[in-house]
Amino acid sequence: MTSSDLNWDVIVIGGGHNGLVAAAALAKSGRKVLLLEAGNEVGGAARTEEFAPGFRVSAVAHLLNRLHPDVVKTLELERHGLKVERGDFVPSVALSKDGPLVLHGAYGEVLTGASPSEQSAWKELRAQLLRYAGVLKPFLSRRPPDPGNMSLAGMTGLGQTALALKKLGKEDMRDFLRVLLMNVYDLLDEQLSDDRLKGLLAFDATLGSHLGPRSPTSLLGLYHRLAGEVGGLSGAQMQPKGGMGAVVAAIRAAAEEAGVSVRQASPVAKVIVEKGRAVGVVTQNGETLRARTVVSAINPAAGPREVDTGFVRKVKNIRMKGDAAKLHLALDRPPQFIGVDAADHKGRLVIAPSPDHVERAFNPSKYGEFSPEPVMEITLPSFVDPSLAPSGACVLSAVVQYAPYALKEGWAAGKPQFLEAIMKQLEIHAPGIGATVRHAELLTPADIEARYRMPGGHWHHGELQADQMLMSRPVSGWSGYDTPLEGLFLAGAGSHPGGGISGAPGLNAARRIIAMRA
Amino acid sequence: MNHHSTIEPSTDARTLAQSHFRTPRLGTPFQPRIDALGLQQDWYNWAGYRAPHSLWDEELEYFAIRSQAALFDISPMTKYRIEGPDAEAYLDRVTLRDVTKLRPGRVHYTAWCDDEGFVLDDGTLFRLSPTRFRLCSQERHLPWLLDSAIGYEVSVEEETEAVAGLALQGPTSFAVLRDAGFAGVERLRVFDLAEFAHDGATVTISRTGFTGDLGYELFVPADKALSLWDRLMAAGELRGIRAIGYTALNRARLEAGLIVANADFTTAEHAIRADRLRMPDEIGLGFMIDPEKGHFNGRRAILEARAKKKLRHVLVGLEIEGNIPAEHAIVYYKKSQEVGLVSAAIWSPMAKRNIALASLQRPYGDAIVDDLWVEIYAMRELQYQKLMKKAKIVPRPFIKLDRRTANPPADF
Repeated sequence: MTSSDLNWDVIVIGGGHNGLVAAAALAKSGRKVLLLEAGNEVGGAARTEEFAPGFRVSAVAHLLNRLHPDVVKTLELERHGLKVERGDFVPSVALSKDGPLVLHGAYGEVLTGASPSEQSAWKELRAQLLRYAGVLKPFLSRRPPDPGNMSLAGMTGLGQTALALKKLGKEDMRDFLRVLLMNVYDLLDEQLSDDRLKGLLAFDATLGSHLGPRSPTSLLGLYHRLAGEVGGLSGAQMQPKGGMGAVVAAIRAAAEEAGVSVRQASPVAKVIVEKGRAVGVVTQNGETLRARTVVSAINPAAGPREVDTGFVRKVKNIRMKGDAAKLHLALDRPPQFIGVDAADHKGRLVIAPSPDHVERAFNPSKYGEFSPEPVMEITLPSFVDPSLAPSGACVLSAVVQYAPYALKEGWAAGKPQFLEAIMKQLEIHAPGIGATVRHAELLTPADIEARYRMPGGHWHHGELQADQMLMSRPVSGWSGYDTPLEGLFLAGAGSHPGGGISGAPGLNAARRIIAMRA
Repeated sequence: MNHHSTIEPSTDARTLAQSHFRTPRLGTPFQPRIDALGLQQDWYNWAGYRAPHSLWDEELEYFAIRSQAALFDISPMTKYRIEGPDAEAYLDRVTLRDVTKLRPGRVHYTAWCDDEGFVLDDGTLFRLSPTRFRLCSQERHLPWLLDSAIGYEVSVEEETEAVAGLALQGPTSFAVLRDAGFAGVERLRVFDLAEFAHDGATVTISRTGFTGDLGYELFVPADKALSLWDRLMAAGELRGIRAIGYTALNRARLEAGLIVANADFTTAEHAIRADRLRMPDEIGLGFMIDPEKGHFNGRRAILEARAKKKLRHVLVGLEIEGNIPAEHAIVYYKKSQEVGLVSAAIWSPMAKRNIALASLQRPYGDAIVDDLWVEIYAMRELQYQKLMKKAKIVPRPFIKLDRRTANPPADF
């Protein structure tokens, strides 16, 4: 070993937003922290990147809807440049041939474009969804309960949840338990009648996962979404100025102020393990760096030799094949989506005209085929921040489903056809858009895997379904950010509570490490 | 039950494809010879194979081990061929003992655990070359071994059917091998192995066994099994070679103080009740654990159990007064408090003592070793006579035979 001195208290592997959050929180606790990022830039899937000359876009995640308030507070992100104002919240627009339907404010505080009866049904359902998501919300900011080894804090946490349940009242509590593992399709049918609204909700519940609206437990995805908040409002969403990279820049600034040393272009070759304890890392250029604690803020699958077979088995069985693609279009001029007014073009435009449409889009992906009529969530970031595109031009960013990681025909052959299918859908809702495309970049899960070092190219670093949540995330028995290796912790989205730009896994991991005095 | 009738073979292809039920127990490659000697027709199921408890007389079979040469068919033992550049590192991670210290041409007794540190099985590991091993075990473990291979350049294949095995044990065993023409076998020290020519193929002979006596184990391709059997039988005729069954071997192994998986402890994958699982330290295999070697399955759990004093059981050797075997007797402290169970017991003809293996709940057998008793139910003409006998913890093995390790091996 070249340098055997104990140089650092903590080495964080991976400069995605969770790695940065963990590093910052640990540095604030007085630890000497080094963060190693494999890429030339930190931010991971939350970078803002130029994809065509003069056109910049949020690389993977393009909407901020769940940055955890504890992260904002602990890292004082507002002081470091994060701006969240009520006026920044953008609506969700359900596109349809029958004219759009718009959810204004925080996830449809006001609904326009629907019948009066649907509006009141929505008001009731929205309140119920937020109430139920609220029960689950406290789980986001702490370690998952460990049924085998319950700590006092864990008991207290569960006790609070029980109390929150009780506070719902008898009827609501029963209903909460009834619907918890239900599929979103049937729940929507119980309460709503407008296909556009149901389609939007069905899309949101399944976004980023390998589930259709009719798949059991698909409702959980909607709760997960609504458990997130921005600016203190559950379900709110915004397009950050400067793209997601601006959020990362604020987190990075907080980390650096706290004393974190950030090293880019420093991929880690391996974690050094001595007698069952992680004691440092070796970088790909051969440098040995030692630390008391190593935090892996990358995908959980790494290093089978130093852990037990049963653990490897569990890790091997984590489902993490992505099913969502990302489309970036450089457009000569802003598109006009039919029936959508100028202000709503700043919002999230969703093509998911009905729950059946979403379900039919999902069906082929089960058999390794992409959706011939894909569903998608579109943003036009240059409407919010004109600096992202050349003057007069426009950036379009879309998350498109379903795009199975292991496409049967292979993505080399399938990608042009999939792009064609997407463009056909866009053309329906924004006629003439195709002719204005200057450049198109389509990132399939395979591309996302390669570019952002996310195995499977999965949106959430592993399916976010009931069996891979809470105490089963990333694997049962090891859900509390610890690993079988002493001194090695996990802090990425592969850990509870999962993906999205929340910073919660990173912050929870840092809290765990601080509590353990590791 | 012990009757094997032949049913007229059907020509129907579908029936033929499903004819496995006509042979509920497989035969080993030695079966024609064993069947011919199996006067007792006393068979048991050893990992799906038809194996003899006793062939002709269990007393005399036992004395063949101790006074002559005994031939025991170990073909049903599960065997894995593990090969590749990472084979050593792989086995070092899977099994407890330090495989980097096992030289090519050597054998060691080892065990392996799950993530929680509970013993999955014990067995012997043969290092046939720097990159090739044979792992022999009681239970089947292929899924576990294959999942353990993730991240290693190694192949794992079961070779139980392809390789036939024989144990040749007893004072004249060396002389039998020498007279059979295995030149150089005298150079094998205990736990050595070497390859010898046999019938156009190769037989691997190791100086190992399960009897605590001078003895060898021979592994040969299945199609050379019968010729090997005949070669040994011919060479050993004047040295009293006899085929034996498991009952005799079981006595010998108990005298040698050796444990049997799923007899003296329940293997982790078979245990249904949570408190039946055992860590190596709880079944006398603590000596295998080397915290200084690289990572191995169960390491974290085992070291934690040691540090936090969470070990709950201990396996001990007992010497019991009297001469009635205490098989499956309850062990008491001060004649009243139940503290354990005897898993195997015999009157030892060699030690001339009443011996047993027992599993006790700590601190009994560990910190508290006095005032232990066993309650033996001796059936006397349809009436139990309950005997409360004093038991003393004694070291294992119960017998130690110099001829087992003598070099060169003695010519009896």
